[in-house]
Amino acid sequence: MATMTAETLTSESCDVEYLLEVVEARKTFPGVVALDNVQLKIRPGSVHALMGENGAGKSTLMKIIAGVYIPDQGEVRLHGRPLTLNGPLDALEAGIAMIHQELNLMPYMTIAENIWIRREPLNVFGMVNHGKMHQMTETLFERLGIDMDPDMEVRHLTVAGRQMVEIAKAVSYESDVLIMDEPTSALTDREVEHLFRIINDLRAQGKGIIYITHKMDEVFEIADDISVFRDGQFIHAAPASELTSDKIIQLMVGREVTQMFPKEEVPIGEVVLSVKDLALDGVFQQVNFEVRAGEILGIAGLVGSGRTNVAETLFGVTPATSGTIAIDGQETIITSPHQAMLRGLALLTEDRKETGLFLGLSVIENMEMAVLRDGYTKGPFVEQGRLDHECDTMNELLRVKTPSLDERIGNLSGGNQQKVLIGRWLMTQPRILILDEPTRGIDVGAKAEIHKLISKLAGQGVAVIMISSELPEVLGMSDRIMVMHEGKATGFLDRGEANQVNIMELASAPVQPPVAHD
Amino acid sequence: MATTTENTQHLEVPKKRKKKVPTEVSIFLVLIGIALLFEILGWAIRGDSFLMNPRRLLIMILQVSIIGIIAIGVTQVIITGGIDLSSGSVLALTAIVTASFAQQSDYLRAVYPALTDLPWFIPLIVGLLVGALAGLVNGALIAFAVIPPFIATLGMMVSARGMARAYTDGQPVSMLSDQFTWIGSGANPVIIFLAVAVFFHIALKYTRYGKYTYAIGANPQAARVSGINVRRHLVMVYTIAGLLAGLAGVVASARAGTGQAGMGLMYELDAIAAAVIGGTSLAGGVGRIAGTVIGAMILGVMLSGFTFLGVDAYYQDIVKGAIIVAAVVIDQYRQRKRNKTT
Repeated sequence: MATMTAETLTSESCDVEYLLEVVEARKTFPGVVALDNVQLKIRPGSVHALMGENGAGKSTLMKIIAGVYIPDQGEVRLHGRPLTLNGPLDALEAGIAMIHQELNLMPYMTIAENIWIRREPLNVFGMVNHGKMHQMTETLFERLGIDMDPDMEVRHLTVAGRQMVEIAKAVSYESDVLIMDEPTSALTDREVEHLFRIINDLRAQGKGIIYITHKMDEVFEIADDISVFRDGQFIHAAPASELTSDKIIQLMVGREVTQMFPKEEVPIGEVVLSVKDLALDGVFQQVNFEVRAGEILGIAGLVGSGRTNVAETLFGVTPATSGTIAIDGQETIITSPHQAMLRGLALLTEDRKETGLFLGLSVIENMEMAVLRDGYTKGPFVEQGRLDHECDTMNELLRVKTPSLDERIGNLSGGNQQKVLIGRWLMTQPRILILDEPTRGIDVGAKAEIHKLISKLAGQGVAVIMISSELPEVLGMSDRIMVMHEGKATGFLDRGEANQVNIMELASAPVQPPVAHD
Repeated sequence: MATTTENTQHLEVPKKRKKKVPTEVSIFLVLIGIALLFEILGWAIRGDSFLMNPRRLLIMILQVSIIGIIAIGVTQVIITGGIDLSSGSVLALTAIVTASFAQQSDYLRAVYPALTDLPWFIPLIVGLLVGALAGLVNGALIAFAVIPPFIATLGMMVSARGMARAYTDGQPVSMLSDQFTWIGSGANPVIIFLAVAVFFHIALKYTRYGKYTYAIGANPQAARVSGINVRRHLVMVYTIAGLLAGLAGVVASARAGTGQAGMGLMYELDAIAAAVIGGTSLAGGVGRIAGTVIGAMILGVMLSGFTFLGVDAYYQDIVKGAIIVAAVVIDQYRQRKRNKTT
C-alpha cells in the first residue's frame, strides 16, 4: 500500500488545476444530514479558509478529507485522481494530514518520538536509532524555523509548542494537503505570527492548506480563497480579495447580523463586589478591583496571565491565600463553589468540555444541575415538573437549537452547548456573573446573541466580569477593562480610552511600556 | 441566497420531550432470549422444561437476590465513575458479625452468651451499621485521601475478609434464632431485593441524590463548579454501597442460618458483572438500577440453566467470563456510536 501511494505522490499529473477536490459529498448520521452536495476545491500553493457557524458541516467535511468518515456519496480527488480512504492512515499516506483541534500527542514521549512514531529510523539491530531521529527532527525544524529541543518531553510544551510539533509531524509526512482546525484558538499573538510564517513557507512550497477558523481578521491575513458553508450545504467560494468580513458573516448566517457588540448604556449602581489585595500563592498577587451593579468589567491579558485564576479564586474553586473579598461591602470568605453560589456568584468556566459540560447527560440535566441545591426540591425529590418548565422557558429565551430537552448535550453544536451552560447559571439568578471566554469557539450568530444577553443582564443590575482573549469583544462589551500580566493587574482602562494598542501594551510589558512602533 | 432575512430563525424546533427505547428493553429481550434458549435446549437434551418449574425459578431468583442487593450499590458507585471491589468481603464480615448477635440462648457456645435471643431488628441494625461503616471508610479514603477507588476498595476487600476470619478465629457462627432467620426464609430475600431496587431506582431518577450521582460520573470537575459537594457525595454513595453489602450479608446469614467468613466469595465481581451487563458504563455517568436487576437475572438464568443442563461448573465460568466481556464490548460499541453523532 505504501508503495502505491508513494507513486501517486510523485506522479504529478501536470494539467490538474486543483490539488484537492471534493465533489458532491453527502454524509448522513442517524436522523441528521450533516453534509449535502458539498464541494471544495483547493489550488496548489494556497491557503483556503473554511468559514461557517458551528454545525455548518466544516468538521464533517474535514473528517471526510482526512479519512475519518466515509462519505455516503461523492468523492475526494487528489491531483485529479479519485481517492478511496478507509481510514486516517490512508489519508496520511496519500498526502493529507490533519492537525487536530484536540492535540493528539503522547505527553510522556519526546518531541522526536512523537513526530517519527511508526516510522522510527532503526539501527542494524532493529532498535530505534535515537541519534538519527534527533538529527532528522533538527533538519525538519530548521526547515520550518522552529526552535525546540527534539529530546524534550511533549508534556513540558505549551499549547503553541505542541501545535508546532503537530505541524512538523504533518510536514514530515511530505503531505500535500494540511488541514488546520482552529490552530490559533489557544495561541498568543506572537505565536500566531510564527504559525503564519510557517504557513506562508508551506504555501510557497506548493502545499494546499485548509484553514478553519472563526476569527475574521485572521482569514484576511492568511487566506487566498474562502469557502462558506451553512447548515451542511456549500454556500459560496471566492478569492479572499473579493470578499469582505460583512459579506462573509452574511453568507454564514444567512441574514444580516446588525450588531456584533450590542452594548447598551445602563445606569451603573452600587459597588457589589470589591476585591482587595487578592492573591493565590505563586499564581497571582495584589489584585484589586470593584464591580458595580449593571457594570461589565472586562479582564484582558494573555493566556497564562492569571485571568482565569482570579475568576476561579473568586468562585472558590481555588480559595485565595490572602486578601479580602467583600460583597455589598461585607467581607466574606469563599472556599468552595457552593459558598460562592450562596453569595450570589456564578462562573461560566473557560473550558466548556473540561469543567462545564456533562457530556453524557441530556440538555435538561446540564441546565438544571446548579439550581438543584436551592429550591426545586420537595423533601428528597426534585420537582421535575417545575424544572422542566423553567428549563423550557430558559431554552426559549436563549434560543437553544435542540430537538428536545432530552437530547444528549454532546450532540449540540458548541454555541448551543454554551447557551445551555449560560442558562445553567442564569437559573441561579446570580448577582455577580463571571464569564470566562463566553464566546470561545462558537459561531458569529450565537456570539452576537450571547453579547446581547450579557448586555441585557447588566441592564437588569447584574454585575458582570467578562474575561476574553478577543480584544474586539473586550473593547465592545466592557464598561471598564482590567489588564493582567504575569499574575498582576497592570492597569485599568475606561471604555472611552481603551483601544487594542494600550491594552496590548499593558498585557505584554507592564513595567516599561515598549517604544511605540510605527 | 445571501440576503434572506430574519425569518430563517431556528426556532421551529419541536418542543415535546421525545422518548427513546430504553436500553433496559433490549437487555430484557436478551434475558428472554437466553431463557428461551435454555427452554429449547432443555427439551432437546433432557426432554424437560426449564421454565415450567416453579421450584427452580424460586431458587434461581433467591440466588439472584443476594448478588442483586449488592449490585444495586455497586451500580451507583460505578455511575460516579468508581468501582467497589469490597462488597463480597463486606458481606462476609457483616454476615458473621450479624450472626453473632442473632444466636439462640440454648446454644452453649454463643459468641456473646449475654446477648442471645435478641429481637430480630438488633442483628439487622448491627449488620447495616457494619456494612455502612466499611463503605464510609472506602468513601473517605477515595474522597479525602484521594486514593483511586480500585485501590481503596481492594484494600477493604482484603481487610474485611481478614476481619471476618479474625472475628471468630475462622469459626462459623450458627444456631441463629428463628426470629432472625425468618428474614431469609421463603421469598423474603426476593421481596427485600425488589424493594431495594425500586427504592434506589426512584432515588436515582427523581432525587437530587440521583442527579448528583450522574453528574459526578459524567464530569467531576463540572459537578464541583456547579456547586455540588463532590467529596461529601462520594462518601455518601460508597457508604450506601457498603450499607447494601451489609444488608446482603444480613439476608445471606439469615437464609443460611449461619455466618461464615467464607461467604460472598467473588460476589463483588458478579455484582459488577450484573451492573455492566445491565448497561452501566464503567466510564461513569451512565446506568440504571432496572438494567442492573435484569443483568443480575441474566447471570442467574445462566447459572440455573447450565446446572439444569448438567454443564460442569468450570465451563459455566468460561461462558460467564465471555458474557461479561461481551457486555463491555457492546458498551464500547454503543459509546462509539453515541460519539459519532457529535
